[in-house]
Amino acid sequence: MKHIVIIGGGIAGIEAACALTDAGHWVTVIEKNEKLGGKLNNWSYLFPDFTPTEKITGALQEKITEKDFSILNNTEVSTIQRKNGKFNIETSGEQQLEADALVVATGYEIFDARRKEEYGYKIYDHVITSADLEQLLLPGGDLTVAAGKNPKRIAFVHCVGSRDEKTGNHYCSKVCCITGVKQAIELKKRLPEAEIYCFYMDLRMYGKHFEELYREAQEKYNIQFIRGRLSEASEKIDKSLLIKSEDTLSGRPLKMNVDLLVLLVGMEAGKGTANAAATCGIGCEESGFLQTTDSFLKSNFSEQEGIFLAGSCTAPMTINDTILHARSAAIEVDCWLSRK
Amino acid sequence: MKNFGYTIIKQRTIDYDQFDGRLLNEVLEMEPSFKVCLSCGGCTATCSAGDLVSFNVRRMNLLLRRGETVELESEIKKCMLCGKCMLVCPRGINLRNVIMLIKKSISKYKLSG
Repeated sequence: MKHIVIIGGGIAGIEAACALTDAGHWVTVIEKNEKLGGKLNNWSYLFPDFTPTEKITGALQEKITEKDFSILNNTEVSTIQRKNGKFNIETSGEQQLEADALVVATGYEIFDARRKEEYGYKIYDHVITSADLEQLLLPGGDLTVAAGKNPKRIAFVHCVGSRDEKTGNHYCSKVCCITGVKQAIELKKRLPEAEIYCFYMDLRMYGKHFEELYREAQEKYNIQFIRGRLSEASEKIDKSLLIKSEDTLSGRPLKMNVDLLVLLVGMEAGKGTANAAATCGIGCEESGFLQTTDSFLKSNFSEQEGIFLAGSCTAPMTINDTILHARSAAIEVDCWLSRK
Repeated sequence: MKNFGYTIIKQRTIDYDQFDGRLLNEVLEMEPSFKVCLSCGGCTATCSAGDLVSFNVRRMNLLLRRGETVELESEIKKCMLCGKCMLVCPRGINLRNVIMLIKKSISKYKLSG
């Protein structure tokens, strides 16, 4: 029986582990946190159809129980050495593992919005990120702003930490446009009196049912879309926020007072992926995400033979794409092992 | 002769066949960062001059790319070169240099606008 070690127990890691267990291999997942599931655990409802996250995490949990692969939680990889065609792995818990193949599934980190100081995250009271808002969207979540009132006007800022030279992130994070549309609709459902505006540069509605949700946001929920990037936000004495942008379609500067500002934060490769790259001796792209051998035909291959890549450690990805990428990684590992 | 009030109206269509790209090419060559503008308007939002007068710094790119050198020459005088636009620009464009390059070279080409 071949042994495969998967670094990272998010969606990609779990999905790859299940598929490889099905193929008859012995699999160990190394997860740095207590719980498997990664960032998905912090999300409440999923685009584009508002699926409650528990539905997905529940299904993953069922699979984990059924497949019975090994899990090392609260554990990180310390060193990896290659010996006689095997990988010798030492963990932070001082366990020694010997593997025939490795799958890196270390995922992404959420952009730290404090780095866009001009938007005032953690400086002003009512500037939050899309990740913060997700928690508030759960039943009982407190959406009130100053003096315990419901916000009357809310603005979303697209591309925070994405497509931005100033943060060093040139790439598009892919999921924020549709997240903004989804969250704008959810807020409108909770606060029917509120006016909601989205400030965008381009709206990238590429996925299945994305464009339809955008249309629904306009048609049914009266969400307003303004084409312009925010230059700055400033807090007023009543804790409301004055935001500045250009309304590029009318060609004039625009200012607006809002009660709540939501920053649609992007994805970054993060520390976990950088550490995995260093310990595995594999390369990163300029974006910080892991280098694949060929973006068309070998998107699961690293430059090191026997080390495979799965999910958003290679690029920003939706949950659907992550699941598919992880399954394809499992197929590649299985084929590679049978050829060996 | 009786004046019936008829006149020849200048066509509103952008006629790309008449486009004179000499000034644009010169500016892009001297300041390549200007190639990557994505027209987000962050510069205009923060512009000190645009708050008070009808000056739109984002439109300088458009005027240049459409060969509207006559309008460009009068517009560009409104810029105070404060550089706030450069702090905001998500593509890291050196806008102050772009403005200076246009100022320097526009007299060579303005007749074509």
